[in-house]
Formats: sequence, structure tokens, C-alpha cells
Amino acid sequence: MNPRAAYLLAALSALLLVLPLVADSYLISLATLILYLAYTGQAWNLMMGFAGQLSLGHALYLGVGAYGAAALYHHFGIGPWAGMWLAIGLSVSLAASLGFLAFRYGISGVYFTLLTIAFAEFARIGFDHFNWVGGSGGLFLKVAQRDQIDIFNLRGTPVMFYYVMLALAAGAFALCAWCLQSRPGYYWRAIRENEEAAEALGIDALRWKMLAIVSSAAMTALAGVFWAFYYNNLFPEQIFSIGRSIEIILGPIIGGIGTLAGPILGAALLTLIADGATELVAALGWDVPGVKQLIYGIILFAVVVFLPQGIWPALARKLNLSK
Amino acid sequence: MNRGVQHYTLSIPTKGEFIDFIVLANVLVSGVLTGLVYGLMALGLSVIFGVARVVNFAHGELMAVSMYAAALSFAAFGVDPFLAAAPVAVVFFVFGYMFQSTVIQPFITRPDHAQFILLLAVAIIITNSLLIVFGPDARSVRLDYLLESIELGPLLIDRGKLYAALVACGAAAALFAFFRLTLTGAAIRACADSWLGAKVTGLNVKRLYALTFGLGTACVAVAGCMMILLVDLTPGLGPAYTLLAFVIVIVGGLGSMNGALVGGVLIGVSEALAGLLLAPSAKSMFSFALLIIVLLLRPRGLLGEKL
Repeated sequence: MNPRAAYLLAALSALLLVLPLVADSYLISLATLILYLAYTGQAWNLMMGFAGQLSLGHALYLGVGAYGAAALYHHFGIGPWAGMWLAIGLSVSLAASLGFLAFRYGISGVYFTLLTIAFAEFARIGFDHFNWVGGSGGLFLKVAQRDQIDIFNLRGTPVMFYYVMLALAAGAFALCAWCLQSRPGYYWRAIRENEEAAEALGIDALRWKMLAIVSSAAMTALAGVFWAFYYNNLFPEQIFSIGRSIEIILGPIIGGIGTLAGPILGAALLTLIADGATELVAALGWDVPGVKQLIYGIILFAVVVFLPQGIWPALARKLNLSK
Repeated sequence: MNRGVQHYTLSIPTKGEFIDFIVLANVLVSGVLTGLVYGLMALGLSVIFGVARVVNFAHGELMAVSMYAAALSFAAFGVDPFLAAAPVAVVFFVFGYMFQSTVIQPFITRPDHAQFILLLAVAIIITNSLLIVFGPDARSVRLDYLLESIELGPLLIDRGKLYAALVACGAAAALFAFFRLTLTGAAIRACADSWLGAKVTGLNVKRLYALTFGLGTACVAVAGCMMILLVDLTPGLGPAYTLLAFVIVIVGGLGSMNGALVGGVLIGVSEALAGLLLAPSAKSMFSFALLIIVLLLRPRGLLGEKL
């Protein structure tokens, strides 16, 4: 790693660690949201940015993870540390079946993307009619006292949730950094650039693509568990919607697909810009819904047209951070 | 969400109750008629993909815009949507032509996912602009003569639905005729067959791509003017119809014009049946299940070219 990049990373980590000491609750919630998006973006980026498989259905893994852990807690009082294994298991088995069907039958490109959407939409409508977890009326977790920290049941203050999300985001960053410099990362990128050539060199593309989709799904499922216990309510229309999947992919695309810093930069930029704009609009007295999404759309459009590699690669060159 | 068959207030039969065949026949006819309008919408998507190889992920959103055009001209000047269809289609054709030649053209040689994300951005911009400009309230066009039904033996056919389906068939036939009978149509088909071959023979491929995109958006404009007679219009309706159009086109075979119409009717009927046999809210689950099955068994669709 470039020494300047290492200093930057150390400074960022230190800042994030001490942030709760100085920030108010509003800033904490904003930072938690950024970390959530950075984390899910990292998970999506592993599949798209590294292995080249475009998924627009990550809401499926998020939702199944959230519902899995929340249902165990709601019905049987089983806490999230045990429930997350069910969440991961469900997500991974769905991802494995989707991936196996698609990769085995040679469904790729646009067809693969549409298959991921179809699976997520199928789950959304299915959960709308799944009454054991509340159907379309939603599933609600008991809201505990917000000032007592109960880490075993993931009940507690916003600061606790901030640190949980920070740990997840840091873990995902480290995992992706390791992946890029070891066998999976090289194999994935070989498949991304030219699958036939990779296979000719003896890489079992099916196996490595399966590993990509399954790891990405497992990571996203953990974000779902966090979501369920942070917001305490789950609605199929919200958590499985295609809008949720789009929200996950925006950060890495804007920050830079296939880069390590891209998902983090993208998540921070998007959240701060959208939040600033929402405040501005509210201050001007226009109370209209849709402004935030419109801004997302315009930024996304501008980035794909003018900076197809994303913001981070251009910024890194400017700041002399790339090798 | 789309509400293609919600005009029918049929009681859902309970377990063991015999489903009346007349009810079933009525539902089937209604499904076919709605399906033809779906087919025209999907035809636009299919033509755009088949020739220009562009994955138009803003298709349903474009249809929502044309529905607003029809609904607003009805509200402001009392223009019947059947009359509004022609001018709206012309405006959409010009827009589609210019949009393709300025925004999309540079993306033709970029990877699939770059195009996909570009059109996703366009879709997000359209949906939220509609929401900001027109507000979240549902709109519809109600004309007296459209509420009457035609009695055909035991069948009761909704006049609005029947006329909409006829217009959809007419527009589709005109498009077929254009592609089969005119020289420009033949040139476009040549582009679809081989981009390189078309270039070598001296065809202006860029212009033909723009023309095709214009034709596709004109198709979706006509479909939107018909759709406003069938469903209530909300600004958020676009994404569901984008997905529906993709489901239809993939079931029928991406790039196949006949496939789009067949797929449209198939999905129209399956939605209508799902509304009757299951809950109306579960009907798109049927369509997505159909999509997954077709993708796995015949990835190129029912009428698509073989791999």
C-alpha cells in the first residue's frame, strides 16, 4: 500500500473511533447510515466489482437476513448472535440456488441481472402473504429502553449500533482488501475480464462465481440482521423493494466499481449530499417527497456519463494515492 | 403496482366452490385484451433491444410519462386518449430519436452493465420528477362510453378494454408492416442481424439505431395512452411496468417481435387467472415464477432465437 494511503486510512479509522465522543445524536445516526451503506456496498462490490456479476436483487439477502433473525427473536426470544447464523444460512442457500441455476445454465449479463430482480420481487410478494412474520402488516420487535446497553440481544443506544456497524464495515473492508491480494481476488478479476480465457487457464469459473455470490449474500444478510434490530420494524414493501437494492449499488458505482475505497467514498458522498439537499429543500419550505431520490438519480447519471470509472480512481490520481 | 384486472369485481371462489365457466371465460377475455396492450408496451422494449442492443431499463417510466400526457390533455382539454395517442407518439418518437443519438450512442460500445446503470439513472430521474411535479395522487381517465359493456352471448366485454386492445393490435401491425415492407425497415433488420455487415454495406447505423429507439418509444407512448384507460396512474407506477415489460419480453424471447405480443397475452391471461384463483395482490408472483421457469428451461424465451 502507498504510504500516503496508509496514513489516510489510519486517520479515517481514528476519526471514526472517536466520533461518538464529539458528535450529537443526529450526526451519529447519519454516520451509522453511511457505514451501513459502505458495508452493503462493499458486499455488492465483491460480486460486481471483483467477479463482474451484476446483481440488482441484493434486497433479497438483506430482507431474508433481517426476517430470519427478527422472527427468531420475536417468536422464540433467540437473540441475534444465534439468529444471525440462521440469517446467513437462509441467504446463502438462496444465493447458492440462484447462482447455481444461473451459472449452470449459462444465464449471464442482462439475463442474470433480471433473474436476481425476479428472485427479490418474488420474495417481496411472498413475504407480503407470509403471515407468520406479519405479512404486509409488518413485523415489529419490542423496543427496549434506549439508554441501557444489552449487547447480547443487540438492544441499546444509538452509539452501540454505531460501533456495531463500524466493526462490520471495518471487517468487510479488511476482508475485501485481503481478497484482492489473494487467490480469490485474482481469479475473480480474471473471470470478470474474460471468462473464457480464465477457464482456458484452468480456473473453474462456476465454482469461483458461486463463491462470490455466496460471500456477498452472507455479508448482506448480516446487514439485514443489523437493520432489523436497529429499526425494530420490517415491512416486505420496504426491505425487499427494488429501491433497496438500488440504494445498495449506488455507493460503489459512484465511488468506483471494483475499488476498495469506492463504496466508502460513494456512501459518504451520497448520504451527505442527499441529506444536505433534503435540509435545504425543507428550509426553503418546499415539502415535496422525491427530492432525495431525484438527486441520487442525477448524481448517478452524471457519474456514469462523465466518470465511468467512478470518483475514487480520479481522486486517487489527483491526490497521488495510487501506486 | 399495476392493477390490470381490478375493474373486475368478481368474488373469489372459496374452497370447493365450482368456478363458473362463464366467469372464467370473461376473465380470460379480459386477460387477453389487457395482454395485447402489455404486448404493445413490450414490443417497444423488444425492438429497442433487438436492434440497438440497448437494455431500456426506463421503459415503464417512459410509459408513465405518456400516461401523464394523456391524462393531462384529457383533464385540461377533454381530449379522448384515443385521439391523444397519435400526437403523443410523434412527440415520443422525436424524443426517443434525440435521446438515443445524444445520450445512449456513446454507451453502445460500453459493457452491458454501464448501459443498464445509465438507464436506471434515467428511470430514477423520471419517476421522481413525476412525483415532484404532479404529486402522489392517483389519476385516471373516465369516459362514459368506455364504461359500457358489449354483450356477446354470455360474454360481457368492456368497451374501453376492447378498443384499447384493437388500437394496440393496429399499432403493432403498422410496426410489423414497416419492418417487412419498407426499405428502411429492411435496413434496420439488417442492423439487427449484423452490426458489422450493415456498416460494411454502407448503412448509416447510428441513424438507424436512433430511428429504432424512436420507434420503440413511440410504441410505448401509444401503449401508455391505452393503459390510462385500464389502470389508475401514479408517479411510482413506472418500475413495476419496466419489470413487467422485461418479464414479457424474456418469456416471449428478447428481440423477437412476435414473441413480445405472445408473451404479453400470456402474462395478461396469467395475471387475470392469478387474480381470480389466488389473491389479486399475488398476481405478479405468477409472472415472476413464469419468468424464472422460462429463464431456466428456455433462456432465449419461447419464440427467441436458439443459442
